[in-house]
Amino acid sequence: MKFGIMVNEGPYQHQASDTAYQFAKAVLAKGHQIYRVFFYHDGVNNGTRLTVPPQDDRNVINRWSDLAIKNNIDLVVCVAAAQRRGILDESEAKRHGKNADNLAPGFRISGLGQLVEAGIQADRLVVFGD
Amino acid sequence: MTDEGGTVKKFMFVNRRAPYGTIYALESLEVVLISAAFDQDVSLAFLDDGVYDLIKGQNTKAIEIKNFSPTYRALEGYDIEKLYVAKDSLEERGLSEDDLLVDAQVVSRAEMADLMAQQDVLLSF
Amino acid sequence: MLHTVNKSPLDRNTLKSCLAHAQPGSAVLLIEDGVYAALVGTSTSGMVQQALSQLSVYALGPDLEARGVAKRVLDGVQVIDYAKFVDLVIEHKNTQSWL
Repeated sequence: MKFGIMVNEGPYQHQASDTAYQFAKAVLAKGHQIYRVFFYHDGVNNGTRLTVPPQDDRNVINRWSDLAIKNNIDLVVCVAAAQRRGILDESEAKRHGKNADNLAPGFRISGLGQLVEAGIQADRLVVFGD
Repeated sequence: MTDEGGTVKKFMFVNRRAPYGTIYALESLEVVLISAAFDQDVSLAFLDDGVYDLIKGQNTKAIEIKNFSPTYRALEGYDIEKLYVAKDSLEERGLSEDDLLVDAQVVSRAEMADLMAQQDVLLSF
Repeated sequence: MLHTVNKSPLDRNTLKSCLAHAQPGSAVLLIEDGVYAALVGTSTSGMVQQALSQLSVYALGPDLEARGVAKRVLDGVQVIDYAKFVDLVIEHKNTQSWL
């Protein structure tokens, strides 16, 4: 089966991103596919490469990046929510005249249509939030 | 409603949170607007504090946050017409259909449960 | 239909709303802080016990363990892992997350 996953909260503040990650790993372990992980609301903050979390705890962002790159998973950060919260890739930063970008590896920024499309194309969609 | 042979799924946007205190109501609405382009079978459910999203007379001048409630009235123009509001949630809050700024179908708990069970995709915010 | 609840029933009303809408034969999965609803001897245990007569209730083991409450689970609540969480999502046509 193809799964869509929606993550509505940022790293560390809520368990949503952690649970979504564990769920994603379990999906893959069972031989299923992840069609897309869509990050919305504060969930876009899972896509910043600038976090420096304590070494003795999990690295939420790196975990997502590694999982995505190793398993070819589409991690999408919603552009509208990202703009509000200051998550930008190189082209967004240029486009809006910002002097920095911060998108983490393995993530891409795209529109809300990607969420709707995931709902259409995936067999199941699960939402993780507050 | 089809889009020339494409998949049509029943999408329900579940709104259970009041406006302005958090961004969920607004950002939920933003997904709804985008979904219009995909010709899916879209409905919006308002229950618990989500019923507050639809009440008339929202004036956000003093809190300096954009009043997005007029957008609910624009949904009709996007062919999004299935708006369901929980009767119990209205009553618990001393509200009635007259307080709503759009035409919505007021439904019982059992009807809402039925509607939810029929969906292919349920998005919560 | 699968319902997930991720908040403690004494913190939010999500469990109450969920159970008001979960039809007989559906499944409720308690995750994250929602696992506190799976415990014996609380003021909400009765609500869950009642629900058990109509539907299946599951609680995520890892979340129970994390919170040190795995030994206090109500009879009838099935403790599962993430793999079984995936199975539940597959088994049910749709999933509603009560946030």
